[in-house]
Amino acid sequence: MALTAGFFYLFAVFSVIAGVMVIVAKNPVHAVLFLVLAFFNAAGLFILLGAEFLAMILIIVYVGAVAVLFLFVVMMLDVDFAELKAGFIKNAPVGLLVGGIVLVELILLFVARGFDLGVAHKLAAAMPAADSGVSNTEALGHILYTKYIYFFEVAGLILLVAMIGAIVLTLQHKIGVRRQSIAAQVARSPKDGVEVVKVPSGGSIIPAPDGQS
Amino acid sequence: MTIGIEHYLTVAASLFTLGMLGIFLNRKNVIIILMSIELMLLAVNINLVAFSHFLGDLVGQVFALLVLTVAAAEAAIGLAIVVVYYRNRGSIAVDDVNMMKG
Repeated sequence: MALTAGFFYLFAVFSVIAGVMVIVAKNPVHAVLFLVLAFFNAAGLFILLGAEFLAMILIIVYVGAVAVLFLFVVMMLDVDFAELKAGFIKNAPVGLLVGGIVLVELILLFVARGFDLGVAHKLAAAMPAADSGVSNTEALGHILYTKYIYFFEVAGLILLVAMIGAIVLTLQHKIGVRRQSIAAQVARSPKDGVEVVKVPSGGSIIPAPDGQS
Repeated sequence: MTIGIEHYLTVAASLFTLGMLGIFLNRKNVIIILMSIELMLLAVNINLVAFSHFLGDLVGQVFALLVLTVAAAEAAIGLAIVVVYYRNRGSIAVDDVNMMKG
């Protein structure tokens, strides 16, 4: 038990420190890397909570895809980030005040009042017992693909829409580039391609140069 | 000592507040704002998974999975908008966005 508590405090402290560094880091590349650290520590918390599948998804999706996307954009855009940092000190007092109030209220709500978890009799999908031999991933798959299949498909649709939206937003057609027009090539028939010309004897189908006739 | 749900909720509350604070402090830098939103969604996910564990109910994890999906989609669309905006304006300062007069 002491080991679990130790790991909990390790992950919790590191994720909060990484969260602080994300918002105060001068260099946005460092901010992205601290975001990655926060995700890793959150994945550790998920493993402590027995949600191994979500922990791995968090690492694969967030660290592997979203954080790398952020890194790409930060490095691709040549922005003067020092200039964007200008309002930081000016906004700090109000921000710290509001943030402090929210944090104190939330923690008071959780710690002082506490939760009576015993009232939850009706579970929608009970977790498998620890000794049943069913892993977290397997149990999650069992309910995700049966009871929550529509939610799963809607999630897929959201991803599809996001993908199409991102492509539509960022696709740009350069003007002045000569591209292959496949439709025009396919639509071409022998009728348009070949022209039979009756050549008069002694004449020419090449138009005569100016001033000769 | 045992780690109860309050501990996890406190961590999540701290991360959520940090995300909110990040939006407050970096009001100009839209990339940091997007990262702060990711932090807030991560805090929500920690809450969901903590409740899922302590109630013994798996639905919280399903919901966290859906939140994760939406967060990934949001990041992709947000960054695409940032790239388009940068192409048009040559800057990503949020103050200039009111040129749309929407």
